[in-house]
Amino acid sequence: MSIRLNVNGVSHDVDVEPDAPLLWVIRDELNLTGTKFGCGIAACGACTVHVDGQAIRSCQVPVGTVADKQITTIEGISANGLTAVQQAWIDHQVPQCGYCQSGMIMAVTALLKKNPKPSDEELGAVITNICRCGTYPRIREAVRSLAGTKL
Amino acid sequence: MASTRRMVLLGGTGALGALIVGYALWPSGRIAKANTLDAKNGEQFVTNWIKIATDGTITVVVPHCDMGTGIFTALPQMAAEELDADWSKVQVEQAPPEPLFANGALAEGFVLGSRNMSDQSFPAFMRGTVSNTFRTIAEYMNLQVTGGSSAVRATGVYAMRIAGAAAREMLVKAAAARWNVSVEDCSTANSRVLHKASGKSFGYGELVTEAANFDPSSRPKLKAKSEYTLVGKPIPRFDIPKKVNGTTTYGVDVKVPDMLYAAIKISPVFGAKLTSVDENAVMNRRGVAKVVKLDDAVVVVADRFWRARDAVAALNPVFATGENDKVTSASLRARHDAALKGPDLKSDVEQGDGVKALANGKVIEAVYNVPYLSHAPMEPMNATAVYKDGKLEVWSGTQDGLGSRAYCAKIASLDFGDVTFHLLQSGGAFGRRLPGQWNFLEYAVRTAMAVPGKPVKLIFTREQDMQHDFYRPNVTSRFRAILDKTGMPNAWVNDYTTDDNPSAEAHIAYAIPNQAISSVKVATHVPTGPWRSVEASWHGFFVESFVDELAHAAGKDPLAYRRALLAASPRHVAVLNLAAEKAGWGTPLPAGRARGVAIVESFNSIVAHVAEVEVHDDGALKVRRIVSAIDCGMAVNPDGLKAQIEGGILFGLSAALHGAITIDKGAVVQANFPDYQMVKLADAPEVEVHVVESDAALGGAGEPGVPPVAPALANAIFAATGVRIRELPIQDVSLAKEKRQSAG
Repeated sequence: MSIRLNVNGVSHDVDVEPDAPLLWVIRDELNLTGTKFGCGIAACGACTVHVDGQAIRSCQVPVGTVADKQITTIEGISANGLTAVQQAWIDHQVPQCGYCQSGMIMAVTALLKKNPKPSDEELGAVITNICRCGTYPRIREAVRSLAGTKL
Repeated sequence: MASTRRMVLLGGTGALGALIVGYALWPSGRIAKANTLDAKNGEQFVTNWIKIATDGTITVVVPHCDMGTGIFTALPQMAAEELDADWSKVQVEQAPPEPLFANGALAEGFVLGSRNMSDQSFPAFMRGTVSNTFRTIAEYMNLQVTGGSSAVRATGVYAMRIAGAAAREMLVKAAAARWNVSVEDCSTANSRVLHKASGKSFGYGELVTEAANFDPSSRPKLKAKSEYTLVGKPIPRFDIPKKVNGTTTYGVDVKVPDMLYAAIKISPVFGAKLTSVDENAVMNRRGVAKVVKLDDAVVVVADRFWRARDAVAALNPVFATGENDKVTSASLRARHDAALKGPDLKSDVEQGDGVKALANGKVIEAVYNVPYLSHAPMEPMNATAVYKDGKLEVWSGTQDGLGSRAYCAKIASLDFGDVTFHLLQSGGAFGRRLPGQWNFLEYAVRTAMAVPGKPVKLIFTREQDMQHDFYRPNVTSRFRAILDKTGMPNAWVNDYTTDDNPSAEAHIAYAIPNQAISSVKVATHVPTGPWRSVEASWHGFFVESFVDELAHAAGKDPLAYRRALLAASPRHVAVLNLAAEKAGWGTPLPAGRARGVAIVESFNSIVAHVAEVEVHDDGALKVRRIVSAIDCGMAVNPDGLKAQIEGGILFGLSAALHGAITIDKGAVVQANFPDYQMVKLADAPEVEVHVVESDAALGGAGEPGVPPVAPALANAIFAATGVRIRELPIQDVSLAKEKRQSAG
């Protein structure tokens, strides 16, 4: 059975079970490996993508539930060049190993689109992604620097 | 001067600006071999680690992996500094896993130079690499290990600076020969050799072919610190742009044509053999290609990872039973307590009257304990392998590419030359990917050999990763001390458990006249391995907590107490003073808040943290701020150094607050992040890092930020509540007001 997925503005027909996790379909069927596997239970956020603009943890999303929705991955958030969030990540030298950062950037981007100037408390309440390298202080600085920026 | 490589290495001193004698540089025959192994069109090696292309591009070849610590920028900075390179033309490459590019000799010299080598002083981060004795040190030669916070202070000092300076001299010789002038009349700047008198100049790319014909000096002239233009600057990291757009290829991302995927279920009790499994239960599932039975695990190979994962979860393998099935965290603790009271304690340090001095005063006693910890890097362990026509090809992220290649050859019973290894980016490591802990490589190679001709990517689920790690050991440590009339310690007696040899990290910098430090080996079936900061992660907590207890018993300020005990160690005092000053030590705080301090020297760096906590009456704890000071000689890349200390603080904070791997029925209880919790953004304190530039020999940066975290935090909690934390993690201790009396 074939499922139609719209990822980064491109339509794909994938022959997978409807309960296949969106994460693995994105990675292994569509070869978009910027979205990462971290825990498999939606606890760490490494697999965060946007579905119709909402940040979701794709490892726990059955692919059949997002057919015909607009899915955006880290590879698709910028039409050309870098988004303001990505540039802030470079300016503040945020990533260390970098593995969690696709998910961080996706989660922060979705937040800033709704709330362009989050307080530290609002940021902490929404961004619950795990970073083992400990880049949180720089993430906070980068988000503070973006306050009010139009995304 | 003729000398062995070891003598050459040991002849120097690590101090920046001083004369350093480098790792013996390649003669020209080896350069030719390096060119065939690793040079593309238009570029060639001038000396070890440095390639220059005819268009002037300079490539620094680094015999390490960069796990995110920034060494792929800091090491090129050190080479480019001595080379007088134009930074805009500098790039970095990871050295191929070939013996010619081993860093084993660097590690060897570094180890030998920093300690009196014996099987007892063997640094823990290297233990998995060799058979643990001096005799087998030759095994170092096939290493490209990244660990022990050694990249900058060993490879940077002994390889990168020397290679850069030697290459610069060769380029100058080439230019001088063309102009027929003396080398003394030539200077270098910005990737050019200049002849002042004539005003002529050549770019390095124009000179490289001739320069490479000269023999490199292993004693080139090095710059003084005052001449630095690149080292000491916060140069942005090379790797970051690809990490913000998802294009970095980590081990788990590798794509090989016709690749299959594999998921594994390893015996929950470490080492128990697989006795049976009914593979028919899953063979009819979509995509399942094969069920592979291994010694202590079962693997499902399928066309997609999630199908393999779901199939292996549906299997009910039976593993052999045994004595280890009864082991629990409580039974292990009972073993520790018994060992500390038993006859097998082995003395490591005996100073003054040692333990006898305890008879001269009122003994203050405390017992501390830390649990097992998992590394839990964000990228679960994985490796991809294909076995075809007697040859093996493997892709993975490890902390030693060359050693991984040799290890895979050993597992497959193949010659080293029949194995190709591709070292890919690691999504975190923290010690997990060091030699001795390569169960993921072994399982992947054995799986690939069971499906010859087919590439297979084996990925541990988070649960398998967490339950089949090589853990930071569970350690118990008992202290006894007496104070003199002024309240200063007169005797310090420390007995601790270990699953290895005695650790130098238990030795104290404090001036205490009578000391006795002993350890006792307690064997368990739980596999252990180096975890970011290794022994310093536990002894730092023990020593710095107990010294705080003594300060409290003496009725003295814990900062002043430490300063007095460290009066003979001015570097320690300077670090303490800077951290205390920046943290506002002694200034008033609102009710419920307090500060704690700790200072630990590890990996040749001295780090002090001042933690500020807020504890509510209901026991809720908030870590508000951690102010840190470090003396690591100098900051090669100040922003990179700060990032490492920040990261070490957060890593130490998760462990201190939440980290515990516990054992029940011989197996690990925790399986995923909800039960092995991490600090997240909301709970991350404000972090400040300050640097003391001491000009001492370079120290490490990746690990030394970790050890002072737990004791600074525990000491702050004591100051706020009167509750002394002697067992980690802190989350297991109630800080609620009505419980505080009994806990204190």
